[in-house]
Amino acid sequence: MQRQAEAPVKEPLSFENVTRRFGALTALAGIDLTLRKDELTAVVGPSGSGKSTLLELVAGLQDPDEGVVSVNGAVSAAERRAACAYMPQRDLLLPWRDALGNAALALECQGVPRAEARRRAEPLFERFGLAEFERARPAELSGGMRQRVAFLRTLLPGRPLLLLDEPFGALDAITRADLQEWLAGMLAEEPRTVLLVTHDVEEAVFLADRVIVLSARPGRMVAEFEVGLPRPRSVTDPELAQLRGEALEALRS
Amino acid sequence: MRYVLSGALLVLFVLAWQGVASLESVDDLTLASPVETWDALRTDWSLLWDNAWVTLVEVLLGLGIAIVAGVGLPIGMHLIRPLREAAYPLLVASQAIPIVVLAPLFVLAFDYGIGPKLAIVALICFFPITVNLLDGLRSVEPELIKLMRSFGASRLRTLRSVELPASLPFLFSGLKVAATVSVIGAVFGEWAGADEGLGRLVLLGNTQLQTPRVYAGIVILTLMAVALFALVVLAERIACPWNQKERIA
Repeated sequence: MQRQAEAPVKEPLSFENVTRRFGALTALAGIDLTLRKDELTAVVGPSGSGKSTLLELVAGLQDPDEGVVSVNGAVSAAERRAACAYMPQRDLLLPWRDALGNAALALECQGVPRAEARRRAEPLFERFGLAEFERARPAELSGGMRQRVAFLRTLLPGRPLLLLDEPFGALDAITRADLQEWLAGMLAEEPRTVLLVTHDVEEAVFLADRVIVLSARPGRMVAEFEVGLPRPRSVTDPELAQLRGEALEALRS
Repeated sequence: MRYVLSGALLVLFVLAWQGVASLESVDDLTLASPVETWDALRTDWSLLWDNAWVTLVEVLLGLGIAIVAGVGLPIGMHLIRPLREAAYPLLVASQAIPIVVLAPLFVLAFDYGIGPKLAIVALICFFPITVNLLDGLRSVEPELIKLMRSFGASRLRTLRSVELPASLPFLFSGLKVAATVSVIGAVFGEWAGADEGLGRLVLLGNTQLQTPRVYAGIVILTLMAVALFALVVLAERIACPWNQKERIA
Protein backbone atom coordinates (compact mmCIF):
# COMPACT_ATOMS: atom_id res chain seq x y z
CA MET A 1 0.00 0.00 0.00
CA GLN A 2 1.31 3.42 -0.93
CA ARG A 3 1.92 5.76 1.91
CA GLN A 4 0.34 9.16 1.51
CA ALA A 5 2.30 12.26 2.33
CA GLU A 6 -0.06 13.20 5.09
CA ALA A 7 -0.88 9.71 6.29
CA PRO A 8 -2.20 10.05 9.82
CA VAL A 9 -0.22 8.28 12.48
CA LYS A 10 -2.18 5.21 13.45
CA GLU A 11 -3.35 5.69 16.98
CA PRO A 12 -3.63 2.54 19.07
CA LEU A 13 -7.18 3.62 19.87
CA SER A 14 -9.24 6.70 19.24
CA PHE A 15 -12.83 7.75 19.90
CA GLU A 16 -14.19 10.59 17.80
CA ASN A 17 -17.36 12.08 19.18
CA VAL A 18 -18.77 8.67 20.02
CA THR A 19 -22.34 8.29 21.22
CA ARG A 20 -24.06 5.03 22.10
CA ARG A 21 -27.76 4.65 22.81
CA PHE A 22 -29.94 1.76 23.88
CA GLY A 23 -33.42 2.73 22.82
CA ALA A 24 -34.33 5.93 24.63
CA LEU A 25 -31.38 5.59 26.97
CA THR A 26 -28.09 7.26 26.13
CA ALA A 27 -25.22 5.27 27.61
CA LEU A 28 -22.29 7.31 26.30
CA ALA A 29 -22.33 10.81 24.86
CA GLY A 30 -19.71 12.66 22.85
CA ILE A 31 -16.65 10.65 23.86
CA ASP A 32 -13.42 12.03 22.39
CA LEU A 33 -10.38 10.13 23.52
CA THR A 34 -7.08 9.04 22.06
CA LEU A 35 -4.83 6.50 23.72
CA ARG A 36 -1.06 6.79 23.55
CA LYS A 37 1.01 3.78 22.65
CA ASP A 38 2.26 1.62 25.52
CA GLU A 39 0.39 3.63 28.09
CA LEU A 40 -2.27 2.52 30.50
CA THR A 41 -5.36 4.70 30.41
CA ALA A 42 -7.88 4.18 33.16
CA VAL A 43 -11.52 5.16 32.85
CA VAL A 44 -13.34 5.62 36.15
CA GLY A 45 -17.00 6.33 36.56
CA PRO A 46 -19.97 5.50 38.74
CA SER A 47 -22.03 2.44 37.84
CA GLY A 48 -24.26 3.19 34.90
CA SER A 49 -21.73 5.54 33.35
CA GLY A 50 -21.33 3.25 30.36
CA LYS A 51 -17.87 1.97 31.24
CA SER A 52 -18.49 -1.56 30.03
CA THR A 53 -20.23 -0.23 26.93
CA LEU A 54 -17.10 1.80 26.22
CA LEU A 55 -14.95 -1.34 26.27
CA GLU A 56 -17.41 -3.36 24.22
CA LEU A 57 -17.41 -0.63 21.59
CA VAL A 58 -13.64 -0.87 21.35
CA ALA A 59 -13.68 -4.66 21.36
CA GLY A 60 -16.01 -4.70 18.36
CA LEU A 61 -18.83 -6.30 20.34
CA GLN A 62 -20.99 -3.22 19.75
CA ASP A 63 -21.04 -0.38 17.25
CA PRO A 64 -21.44 3.32 18.07
CA ASP A 65 -24.62 5.12 17.03
CA GLU A 66 -22.62 8.24 16.24
CA GLY A 67 -18.95 8.90 15.77
CA VAL A 68 -16.06 6.57 15.02
CA VAL A 69 -14.05 4.14 17.12
CA SER A 70 -10.82 3.12 15.50
CA VAL A 71 -8.19 0.68 16.70
CA ASN A 72 -4.86 0.98 14.91
CA GLY A 73 -6.72 2.75 12.14
CA ALA A 74 -9.24 -0.08 11.79
CA VAL A 75 -12.86 0.98 11.99
CA SER A 76 -15.03 -2.07 11.26
CA ALA A 77 -16.24 -4.15 14.20
CA ALA A 78 -14.56 -7.30 12.88
CA GLU A 79 -11.20 -5.57 12.53
CA ARG A 80 -11.51 -4.04 15.98
CA ARG A 81 -12.33 -7.46 17.40
CA ALA A 82 -9.22 -8.90 15.85
CA ALA A 83 -6.99 -6.18 17.31
CA CYS A 84 -8.21 -6.31 20.91
CA ALA A 85 -7.52 -8.57 23.84
CA TYR A 86 -10.68 -8.18 25.91
CA MET A 87 -10.93 -9.32 29.49
CA PRO A 88 -14.28 -9.16 31.31
CA GLN A 89 -14.70 -8.73 35.05
CA ARG A 90 -15.38 -12.39 35.76
CA ASP A 91 -12.80 -14.96 34.81
CA LEU A 92 -15.39 -17.12 32.96
CA LEU A 93 -13.05 -20.10 33.00
CA LEU A 94 -14.52 -23.32 31.63
CA PRO A 95 -14.95 -25.73 34.55
CA TRP A 96 -14.32 -28.81 32.40
CA ARG A 97 -10.93 -27.63 31.16
CA ASP A 98 -7.74 -27.59 33.21
CA ALA A 99 -5.83 -24.32 33.65
CA LEU A 100 -3.68 -25.00 30.59
CA GLY A 101 -6.73 -25.75 28.45
CA ASN A 102 -8.42 -22.57 29.62
CA ALA A 103 -5.32 -20.50 28.91
CA ALA A 104 -5.20 -21.99 25.41
CA LEU A 105 -8.84 -21.21 24.58
CA ALA A 106 -8.37 -17.82 22.89
CA LEU A 107 -5.62 -19.21 20.68
CA GLU A 108 -7.81 -22.17 19.73
CA CYS A 109 -10.55 -19.78 18.69
CA GLN A 110 -8.15 -18.37 16.15
CA GLY A 111 -7.67 -21.79 14.62
CA VAL A 112 -4.54 -22.92 16.44
CA PRO A 113 -4.84 -26.69 17.08
CA ARG A 114 -5.46 -27.58 20.71
CA ALA A 115 -2.16 -29.35 21.36
CA GLU A 116 -0.18 -26.52 19.80
CA ALA A 117 -2.15 -23.90 21.78
CA ARG A 118 -1.46 -25.77 25.02
CA ARG A 119 2.23 -25.99 24.15
CA ARG A 120 2.39 -22.25 23.62
CA ALA A 121 0.61 -21.50 26.89
CA GLU A 122 2.78 -23.76 29.02
CA PRO A 123 6.01 -21.71 29.25
CA LEU A 124 4.05 -18.69 30.52
CA PHE A 125 2.66 -20.46 33.59
CA GLU A 126 5.84 -19.85 35.54
CA ARG A 127 5.83 -16.10 34.85
CA PHE A 128 2.20 -15.85 35.85
CA GLY A 129 2.88 -17.52 39.17
CA LEU A 130 0.93 -20.59 38.11
CA ALA A 131 3.72 -23.16 37.86
CA GLU A 132 2.57 -26.69 38.72
CA PHE A 133 -1.09 -25.73 38.40
CA GLU A 134 -1.23 -26.49 34.68
CA ARG A 135 -3.48 -29.52 35.20
CA ALA A 136 -5.67 -28.03 37.93
CA ARG A 137 -9.32 -27.44 37.17
CA PRO A 138 -10.67 -23.92 37.89
CA ALA A 139 -12.55 -25.23 40.96
CA GLU A 140 -9.18 -26.13 42.50
CA LEU A 141 -7.70 -22.64 42.00
CA SER A 142 -7.96 -19.57 44.23
CA GLY A 143 -9.69 -16.44 42.95
CA GLY A 144 -6.39 -14.72 42.27
CA MET A 145 -5.02 -17.70 40.36
CA ARG A 146 -8.18 -17.97 38.30
CA GLN A 147 -7.85 -14.33 37.35
CA ARG A 148 -4.22 -14.88 36.33
CA VAL A 149 -5.27 -17.80 34.13
CA ALA A 150 -7.83 -15.45 32.56
CA PHE A 151 -5.07 -12.87 32.01
CA LEU A 152 -2.87 -15.49 30.42
CA ARG A 153 -5.72 -16.54 28.14
CA THR A 154 -6.28 -12.90 27.15
CA LEU A 155 -2.63 -12.08 26.50
CA LEU A 156 -1.59 -15.25 24.68
CA PRO A 157 -2.84 -14.34 21.20
CA GLY A 158 -0.58 -11.25 21.37
CA ARG A 159 -3.14 -8.70 20.27
CA PRO A 160 -1.87 -5.12 20.50
CA LEU A 161 -4.59 -3.46 22.57
CA LEU A 162 -5.48 -4.78 26.02
CA LEU A 163 -8.98 -4.03 27.33
CA LEU A 164 -9.62 -4.69 31.01
CA ASP A 165 -13.14 -4.46 32.43
CA GLU A 166 -12.78 -4.22 36.23
CA PRO A 167 -10.34 -7.12 36.19
CA PHE A 168 -9.94 -7.16 39.97
CA GLY A 169 -13.49 -6.26 40.92
CA ALA A 170 -14.49 -9.74 42.06
CA LEU A 171 -11.44 -10.33 44.27
CA ASP A 172 -10.88 -9.78 47.97
CA ALA A 173 -8.83 -6.73 49.00
CA ILE A 174 -5.51 -8.49 49.60
CA THR A 175 -5.64 -10.55 46.41
CA ARG A 176 -6.64 -7.43 44.52
CA ALA A 177 -3.63 -5.47 45.81
CA ASP A 178 -1.33 -8.39 44.95
CA LEU A 179 -2.65 -8.66 41.43
CA GLN A 180 -2.49 -4.90 40.88
CA GLU A 181 1.19 -4.97 41.77
CA TRP A 182 1.71 -8.01 39.63
CA LEU A 183 0.06 -6.31 36.63
CA ALA A 184 2.12 -3.14 37.16
CA GLY A 185 5.27 -5.29 37.19
CA MET A 186 4.24 -7.15 34.04
CA LEU A 187 3.55 -3.92 32.17
CA ALA A 188 6.83 -2.39 33.33
CA GLU A 189 8.64 -5.39 31.87
CA GLU A 190 6.62 -5.52 28.70
CA PRO A 191 4.76 -2.27 27.99
CA ARG A 192 1.40 -2.48 26.22
CA THR A 193 -1.38 -0.13 25.34
CA VAL A 194 -4.09 -0.75 27.90
CA LEU A 195 -7.57 0.62 28.43
CA LEU A 196 -8.68 -0.19 31.97
CA VAL A 197 -12.19 0.42 33.17
CA THR A 198 -12.85 0.50 36.91
CA HIS A 199 -14.94 2.15 39.60
CA ASP A 200 -12.00 2.03 41.98
CA VAL A 201 -10.20 5.40 41.86
CA GLU A 202 -7.27 4.12 43.89
CA GLU A 203 -6.73 1.29 41.42
CA ALA A 204 -6.88 3.79 38.55
CA VAL A 205 -4.25 6.18 39.92
CA PHE A 206 -2.04 3.31 41.07
CA LEU A 207 -1.90 1.64 37.66
CA ALA A 208 -2.55 4.32 35.05
CA ASP A 209 -0.53 6.89 33.15
CA ARG A 210 -3.74 8.81 32.58
CA VAL A 211 -7.11 8.75 34.31
CA ILE A 212 -10.36 9.73 32.60
CA VAL A 213 -13.42 10.44 34.72
CA LEU A 214 -16.88 9.70 33.34
CA SER A 215 -20.12 11.18 34.63
CA ALA A 216 -23.19 9.16 35.49
CA ARG A 217 -25.68 8.36 32.73
CA PRO A 218 -25.20 9.43 30.07
CA GLY A 219 -21.46 8.86 30.39
CA ARG A 220 -19.49 11.96 29.40
CA MET A 221 -15.83 12.71 30.00
CA VAL A 222 -15.77 15.23 32.83
CA ALA A 223 -12.12 15.27 33.87
CA GLU A 224 -8.73 13.99 32.85
CA PHE A 225 -5.62 13.53 35.01
CA GLU A 226 -2.06 12.75 34.04
CA VAL A 227 -0.42 10.51 36.59
CA GLY A 228 3.20 11.43 36.10
CA LEU A 229 4.49 9.42 39.03
CA PRO A 230 7.48 7.11 38.68
CA ARG A 231 7.13 3.35 39.05
CA PRO A 232 7.04 1.22 41.08
CA ARG A 233 4.41 3.20 42.89
CA SER A 234 3.15 2.86 46.40
CA VAL A 235 -0.46 3.35 47.42
CA THR A 236 0.76 5.27 50.48
CA ASP A 237 2.59 7.85 48.35
CA PRO A 238 1.14 11.30 49.31
CA GLU A 239 1.16 12.49 45.69
CA LEU A 240 -0.86 9.45 44.70
CA ALA A 241 -3.25 10.10 47.55
CA GLN A 242 -3.69 13.69 46.41
CA LEU A 243 -4.46 12.62 42.84
CA ARG A 244 -6.90 10.11 44.19
CA GLY A 245 -8.65 12.88 46.11
CA GLU A 246 -8.88 15.07 43.04
CA ALA A 247 -10.24 12.27 40.92
CA LEU A 248 -12.79 11.37 43.59
CA GLU A 249 -13.93 14.96 43.69
CA ALA A 250 -14.37 15.03 39.92
CA LEU A 251 -16.32 11.80 40.17
CA ARG A 252 -18.69 13.26 42.75
CA SER A 253 -19.35 16.59 41.09
CA MET B 1 -23.74 -46.42 53.47
CA ARG B 2 -26.24 -45.22 50.91
CA TYR B 3 -26.39 -48.71 49.44
CA VAL B 4 -26.83 -50.32 52.86
CA LEU B 5 -29.85 -48.11 53.52
CA SER B 6 -31.26 -48.80 50.06
CA GLY B 7 -30.79 -52.52 50.65
CA ALA B 8 -32.45 -52.35 54.05
CA LEU B 9 -35.39 -50.46 52.56
CA LEU B 10 -35.72 -53.08 49.82
CA VAL B 11 -35.69 -55.94 52.36
CA LEU B 12 -38.31 -54.13 54.38
CA PHE B 13 -40.45 -53.69 51.29
CA VAL B 14 -40.18 -57.37 50.32
CA LEU B 15 -41.07 -58.43 53.88
CA ALA B 16 -44.12 -56.16 53.87
CA TRP B 17 -45.10 -57.51 50.47
CA GLN B 18 -44.81 -61.08 51.77
CA GLY B 19 -46.82 -60.14 54.84
CA VAL B 20 -49.67 -58.58 52.88
CA ALA B 21 -49.72 -61.45 50.37
CA SER B 22 -49.98 -63.99 53.21
CA LEU B 23 -53.10 -62.37 54.67
CA GLU B 24 -56.21 -64.54 54.53
CA SER B 25 -58.24 -61.83 52.86
CA VAL B 26 -55.82 -61.36 49.95
CA ASP B 27 -56.60 -63.43 46.89
CA ASP B 28 -53.60 -65.29 45.43
CA LEU B 29 -54.76 -64.32 41.95
CA THR B 30 -54.52 -60.59 42.60
CA LEU B 31 -51.26 -60.55 44.52
CA ALA B 32 -48.42 -63.04 44.24
CA SER B 33 -46.06 -63.15 47.20
CA PRO B 34 -42.29 -62.68 46.83
CA VAL B 35 -41.83 -66.42 47.40
CA GLU B 36 -44.27 -67.30 44.61
CA THR B 37 -42.65 -64.71 42.36
CA TRP B 38 -39.25 -66.23 43.05
CA ASP B 39 -40.59 -69.69 42.20
CA ALA B 40 -41.99 -68.36 38.94
CA LEU B 41 -38.65 -66.73 38.13
CA ARG B 42 -36.93 -70.10 38.61
CA THR B 43 -39.38 -72.40 36.85
CA ASP B 44 -40.14 -70.05 33.94
CA TRP B 45 -36.60 -68.78 33.64
CA SER B 46 -35.89 -69.73 30.03
CA LEU B 47 -39.28 -68.39 28.89
CA LEU B 48 -38.76 -65.13 30.80
CA TRP B 49 -35.18 -64.81 29.62
CA ASP B 50 -36.02 -65.27 25.91
CA ASN B 51 -38.79 -62.69 26.10
CA ALA B 52 -36.74 -60.29 28.21
CA TRP B 53 -34.08 -60.38 25.55
CA VAL B 54 -36.60 -59.37 22.89
CA THR B 55 -37.78 -56.45 25.03
CA LEU B 56 -34.24 -55.36 25.86
CA VAL B 57 -33.37 -55.18 22.16
CA GLU B 58 -36.45 -53.04 21.53
CA VAL B 59 -35.51 -50.76 24.42
CA LEU B 60 -31.89 -50.34 23.36
CA LEU B 61 -32.62 -49.74 19.69
CA GLY B 62 -35.47 -47.36 20.53
CA LEU B 63 -33.24 -45.47 22.94
CA GLY B 64 -30.55 -45.31 20.28
CA ILE B 65 -32.95 -43.68 17.84
CA ALA B 66 -34.15 -41.33 20.59
CA ILE B 67 -30.58 -40.29 21.40
CA VAL B 68 -29.73 -39.56 17.77
CA ALA B 69 -32.92 -37.51 17.32
CA GLY B 70 -32.75 -36.03 20.81
CA VAL B 71 -29.22 -34.74 20.28
CA GLY B 72 -29.44 -33.71 16.63
CA LEU B 73 -32.74 -31.85 16.83
CA PRO B 74 -31.82 -29.51 19.72
CA ILE B 75 -28.48 -28.65 18.14
CA GLY B 76 -30.25 -27.76 14.90
CA MET B 77 -32.91 -25.81 16.78
CA HIS B 78 -30.25 -24.00 18.80
CA LEU B 79 -28.25 -22.95 15.76
CA ILE B 80 -31.24 -21.97 13.63
CA ARG B 81 -33.57 -19.72 15.57
CA PRO B 82 -36.57 -19.90 13.21
CA LEU B 83 -36.38 -23.70 13.39
CA ARG B 84 -36.44 -23.47 17.17
CA GLU B 85 -39.54 -21.35 17.19
CA ALA B 86 -41.29 -23.46 14.58
CA ALA B 87 -40.42 -26.85 16.05
CA TYR B 88 -40.95 -26.24 19.76
CA PRO B 89 -44.78 -26.34 19.76
CA LEU B 90 -44.71 -29.46 17.58
CA LEU B 91 -42.28 -31.02 20.02
CA VAL B 92 -44.64 -30.47 22.91
CA ALA B 93 -47.58 -31.67 20.83
CA SER B 94 -45.76 -34.92 20.10
CA GLN B 95 -45.92 -35.71 23.81
CA ALA B 96 -49.56 -34.77 24.23
CA ILE B 97 -50.70 -37.56 21.92
CA PRO B 98 -51.85 -40.45 24.13
CA ILE B 99 -49.48 -43.33 23.45
CA VAL B 100 -52.27 -45.80 24.28
CA VAL B 101 -54.17 -44.58 21.24
CA LEU B 102 -51.11 -44.20 19.08
CA ALA B 103 -49.66 -47.66 19.72
CA PRO B 104 -52.32 -49.67 17.86
CA LEU B 105 -52.09 -47.24 14.94
CA PHE B 106 -48.34 -47.81 14.79
CA VAL B 107 -48.98 -51.55 14.73
CA LEU B 108 -51.39 -51.03 11.83
CA ALA B 109 -48.81 -48.97 10.02
CA PHE B 110 -45.67 -51.02 10.75
CA ASP B 111 -47.13 -54.49 11.29
CA TYR B 112 -46.42 -56.83 14.21
CA GLY B 113 -42.63 -56.67 14.01
CA ILE B 114 -40.12 -54.61 15.97
CA GLY B 115 -40.99 -51.39 14.06
CA PRO B 116 -43.88 -50.08 16.17
CA LYS B 117 -42.04 -50.86 19.43
CA LEU B 118 -39.01 -48.86 18.32
CA ALA B 119 -41.25 -46.01 17.20
CA ILE B 120 -43.01 -45.85 20.57
CA VAL B 121 -39.84 -46.15 22.66
CA ALA B 122 -38.16 -43.49 20.53
CA LEU B 123 -41.19 -41.21 20.65
CA ILE B 124 -41.40 -41.10 24.43
CA CYS B 125 -37.63 -41.11 25.03
CA PHE B 126 -36.51 -38.40 22.64
CA PHE B 127 -38.59 -35.76 24.39
CA PRO B 128 -36.80 -35.58 27.77
CA ILE B 129 -33.45 -35.72 25.98
CA THR B 130 -34.39 -32.94 23.55
CA VAL B 131 -35.92 -30.60 26.11
CA ASN B 132 -33.03 -30.98 28.56
CA LEU B 133 -30.39 -30.51 25.90
CA LEU B 134 -32.18 -27.41 24.57
CA ASP B 135 -32.13 -25.94 28.06
CA GLY B 136 -28.48 -26.91 28.43
CA LEU B 137 -27.48 -25.21 25.21
CA ARG B 138 -29.21 -22.05 26.39
CA SER B 139 -27.71 -22.26 29.87
CA VAL B 140 -24.40 -20.73 28.81
CA GLU B 141 -23.95 -17.22 30.16
CA PRO B 142 -24.24 -14.48 27.54
CA GLU B 143 -20.98 -13.02 28.83
CA LEU B 144 -19.15 -16.19 27.93
CA ILE B 145 -20.62 -16.16 24.43
CA LYS B 146 -19.49 -12.53 24.14
CA LEU B 147 -16.01 -13.47 25.28
CA MET B 148 -15.82 -16.22 22.67
CA ARG B 149 -16.86 -13.70 20.05
CA SER B 150 -14.11 -11.34 21.17
CA PHE B 151 -11.64 -14.21 20.77
CA GLY B 152 -12.77 -14.47 17.15
CA ALA B 153 -14.52 -17.82 17.63
CA SER B 154 -16.89 -19.03 14.91
CA ARG B 155 -20.44 -20.11 15.77
CA LEU B 156 -19.44 -23.78 15.50
CA ARG B 157 -16.35 -23.27 17.64
CA THR B 158 -18.48 -21.75 20.39
CA LEU B 159 -20.88 -24.67 20.08
CA ARG B 160 -18.11 -27.24 20.30
CA SER B 161 -15.89 -25.66 22.93
CA VAL B 162 -18.47 -24.07 25.19
CA GLU B 163 -22.14 -24.83 24.60
CA LEU B 164 -21.95 -28.60 24.11
CA PRO B 165 -19.66 -29.33 27.08
CA ALA B 166 -21.75 -27.00 29.24
CA SER B 167 -24.92 -28.87 28.33
CA LEU B 168 -23.57 -32.38 28.99
CA PRO B 169 -25.01 -32.52 32.53
CA PHE B 170 -28.38 -31.49 31.09
CA LEU B 171 -28.12 -34.18 28.44
CA PHE B 172 -27.51 -36.78 31.14
CA SER B 173 -30.51 -35.57 33.12
CA GLY B 174 -32.62 -36.15 30.03
CA LEU B 175 -31.02 -39.56 29.47
CA LYS B 176 -31.85 -40.63 33.03
CA VAL B 177 -35.52 -39.92 32.45
CA ALA B 178 -35.39 -41.53 29.02
CA ALA B 179 -33.73 -44.67 30.39
CA THR B 180 -36.47 -45.19 32.96
CA VAL B 181 -39.42 -44.59 30.65
CA SER B 182 -37.93 -46.55 27.74
CA VAL B 183 -38.95 -49.88 29.29
CA ILE B 184 -42.52 -48.65 29.76
CA GLY B 185 -42.53 -47.64 26.10
CA ALA B 186 -41.49 -51.11 24.98
CA VAL B 187 -44.22 -52.72 27.12
CA PHE B 188 -46.84 -50.41 25.62
CA GLY B 189 -45.60 -51.29 22.16
CA GLU B 190 -45.93 -54.98 22.89
CA TRP B 191 -49.39 -54.61 24.38
CA ALA B 192 -50.61 -53.01 21.18
CA GLY B 193 -49.65 -56.10 19.25
CA ALA B 194 -46.74 -58.50 19.47
CA ASP B 195 -45.99 -62.17 19.45
CA GLU B 196 -43.02 -62.02 21.76
CA GLY B 197 -41.47 -59.87 24.47
CA LEU B 198 -41.82 -59.49 28.21
CA GLY B 199 -44.66 -56.99 27.88
CA ARG B 200 -46.71 -59.46 25.88
CA LEU B 201 -45.84 -62.24 28.32
CA VAL B 202 -47.08 -60.14 31.24
CA LEU B 203 -50.27 -59.29 29.37
CA LEU B 204 -50.89 -62.96 28.53
CA GLY B 205 -50.08 -63.99 32.08
CA ASN B 206 -52.67 -61.54 33.30
CA THR B 207 -55.47 -62.97 31.15
CA GLN B 208 -54.43 -66.53 31.96
CA LEU B 209 -54.37 -65.77 35.72
CA GLN B 210 -50.69 -66.72 35.99
CA THR B 211 -50.15 -64.01 38.59
CA PRO B 212 -46.68 -65.13 39.83
CA ARG B 213 -45.38 -65.07 36.26
CA VAL B 214 -46.77 -61.56 35.80
CA TYR B 215 -44.92 -60.44 38.92
CA ALA B 216 -41.72 -62.14 37.77
CA GLY B 217 -42.01 -60.23 34.49
CA ILE B 218 -42.52 -56.97 36.32
CA VAL B 219 -39.45 -57.63 38.48
CA ILE B 220 -37.31 -58.20 35.39
CA LEU B 221 -38.69 -55.08 33.66
CA THR B 222 -37.94 -53.03 36.76
CA LEU B 223 -34.42 -54.38 37.01
CA MET B 224 -33.92 -53.54 33.35
CA ALA B 225 -34.90 -49.90 33.89
CA VAL B 226 -32.77 -49.62 37.03
CA ALA B 227 -29.77 -51.10 35.21
CA LEU B 228 -30.18 -48.65 32.32
CA PHE B 229 -30.42 -45.76 34.78
CA ALA B 230 -27.27 -46.90 36.55
CA LEU B 231 -25.49 -47.15 33.21
CA VAL B 232 -26.38 -43.51 32.45
CA VAL B 233 -25.15 -42.40 35.89
CA LEU B 234 -21.88 -44.24 35.29
CA ALA B 235 -21.47 -42.68 31.84
CA GLU B 236 -22.12 -39.27 33.33
CA ARG B 237 -19.40 -39.70 35.94
CA ILE B 238 -16.95 -40.64 33.23
CA ALA B 239 -18.02 -37.86 30.85
CA CYS B 240 -18.33 -34.97 33.31
CA PRO B 241 -16.00 -35.51 36.26
CA TRP B 242 -15.93 -31.72 36.71
CA ASN B 243 -19.59 -31.59 37.49
CA GLN B 244 -19.71 -31.77 41.28
CA LYS B 245 -23.36 -30.96 41.79
CA GLU B 246 -24.46 -34.11 40.02
CA ARG B 247 -22.39 -36.36 42.27
CA ILE B 248 -25.33 -37.29 44.42
CA ALA B 249 -27.19 -39.24 41.82
